[in-house]
Amino acid sequence: MRVRGLGAIAAAVMATTTLVTACGGDSDAGGGDGGGGKVRLALVAYSTPQAAFEDIIKAFQKTPEGKNITFTQSFGASGDQSRAVANGLKADIVEFSLETDITRLVKAGIVAEDWNSGPTGGILTKSVVVIGTRKGNPKGLKTWDDLVKPEVEVITPNPFTSGAARWNLLAGYGYKSSKGADQAAGLTYLDALLKNVPVQDDSGRKALQTFTGGKGDALLTYENEAIFAQQNGQELDYVIPDSTLLIENPVAVTKNSAHPAEAAAFLKYLYSVEAQTIFAKNGYRPVVDGVTGFDWPAPPQLFTIRDLGGWDKITTEFFDAKTGKVAEIERKLGVATEK
Amino acid sequence: MRRSRVAGGTAAGLGIAVLYLSLIVLIPLAAVVWRSADEGPGYFWRSVTTPDAWAALTLTIGASALVALVNLVMGTVIAWVLVRDRFPGRAVLDTIIDLPFALPTIVAGLVLLALYGPQSPLGINLAYSRAGVVLALMFVTLPFVVRTVQPVLLELDTEMEQAAASLGAKPFQTFRRIILPNLIPAMLSGTALAFTRAIAEFGSTVLISGNLPFKTQVAAVNIFSQIEGDNTTGAAAISTVLLVVALVALIALDVLQRWGSRRG
Repeated sequence: MRVRGLGAIAAAVMATTTLVTACGGDSDAGGGDGGGGKVRLALVAYSTPQAAFEDIIKAFQKTPEGKNITFTQSFGASGDQSRAVANGLKADIVEFSLETDITRLVKAGIVAEDWNSGPTGGILTKSVVVIGTRKGNPKGLKTWDDLVKPEVEVITPNPFTSGAARWNLLAGYGYKSSKGADQAAGLTYLDALLKNVPVQDDSGRKALQTFTGGKGDALLTYENEAIFAQQNGQELDYVIPDSTLLIENPVAVTKNSAHPAEAAAFLKYLYSVEAQTIFAKNGYRPVVDGVTGFDWPAPPQLFTIRDLGGWDKITTEFFDAKTGKVAEIERKLGVATEK
Repeated sequence: MRRSRVAGGTAAGLGIAVLYLSLIVLIPLAAVVWRSADEGPGYFWRSVTTPDAWAALTLTIGASALVALVNLVMGTVIAWVLVRDRFPGRAVLDTIIDLPFALPTIVAGLVLLALYGPQSPLGINLAYSRAGVVLALMFVTLPFVVRTVQPVLLELDTEMEQAAASLGAKPFQTFRRIILPNLIPAMLSGTALAFTRAIAEFGSTVLISGNLPFKTQVAAVNIFSQIEGDNTTGAAAISTVLLVVALVALIALDVLQRWGSRRG
């Protein structure tokens, strides 16, 4: 059929373009100077730090340790990336949004048990959960309590399709439950909050898109994402609530890396002031001292996932699809509004 | 649809075809079904009937059935117009009918959001509703019925219609007694394809549906959330249900088609 043929050609053209682009990206990353002993490291990471990594790799290649090292880079949704590595995708360095994505690799025997024994506990970048608002904050939304008022629409991704979206809900939960001490109060809050969520996109980036596309009064997001949006000219303001959750993104080298010395050198470089400054430029809070020129407001009450019991406990208790407490709330909301 | 006999093909050809089909389609499908039974039939049943999975499945199958019906009617009308009517731009229209196939489905979702989303220039906002899901499915399945009916219409002998008219048949009578019976097999196979494609759709629905569990979350997105929660067995179980529904639909439509072509 003639038109089917056209479709096939279109598909072939698209596939070729993708291939060419992919190859192009690859050779961009490979900026080595052709000397002997060239090493190629595979970096597998979640999507948001992509721009930062591109700059960091360029800077690393200018250092003596990084001189002959080139990189293949893969960026995508944190959970997808982690599962890909668990299922055999070659990786020398992994960086994810959530600690559980590293834990999966520890269980699979790909990352060493003591990956988090370093001075920062395996954490490479930090951020905080913030409330994004329309320009000028017309509804005056500043606190977690403001978000559960009637007539306020809050955009946050679905915590069951976006692992990282769990940070958002846990931030509000942590505030209302006094860092987990009063679980009932925290859950009541989540129930009220989710009632005000008209859309649950499958990822943080899509939620940002939905919000900048005109839907909702508030967006639960991370400080670095809000900064990213502003840097890209999106109409968005944000406030840091007085009490919020510290986001910690973990990094690790793999056990089965073919170039363990080079991978370790790159990991070490990621913690250098130089690399951390690049992360800071991209909106992440640095994890080492000595990064200057940025102003990171410190919320009076900043708590961590460990205050709430740690990811293992929280994941089973809250986000198990069948028995989790958040699943229960979603179920109740779904049934209640079905009528 | 006429079935050719094996006699024409060589044994080598048959071997290659079977091997290829096995590697690309049959074994992966079998693997999903096998995976879904990992934790026993009780677990399978529980995975499929959790309230969110069940809501996603019923929404998906219901919306897909509706979309298939719309396609059955509208696809036939479009094919008719493309074959029988002469108007400027017909060739262009004929070419862009396949665009929903060529477009990455996530782009389809973006396109629909731009036109029927919160900032709709038409003032029609279907985003984050079940209507939005149906719209996305209609978009991605549009070509199926058109492309199955079109060649049949092209080959249809107009002399039959002229004969009927000369014997005094009214246009509608001619359509119902002469044209429709010839078209029905193609219409049904296009509809079946549209239905099975719709139940599998992910990309275009994930944006416009808003992914609200129990309300707008489709089965493919629910499967994704099971995977995200490291419940691969549950994901495989829901996938298996979709597979069975697709298979039943294809078989049912095939039976209907034979019945239709016998009557034709």
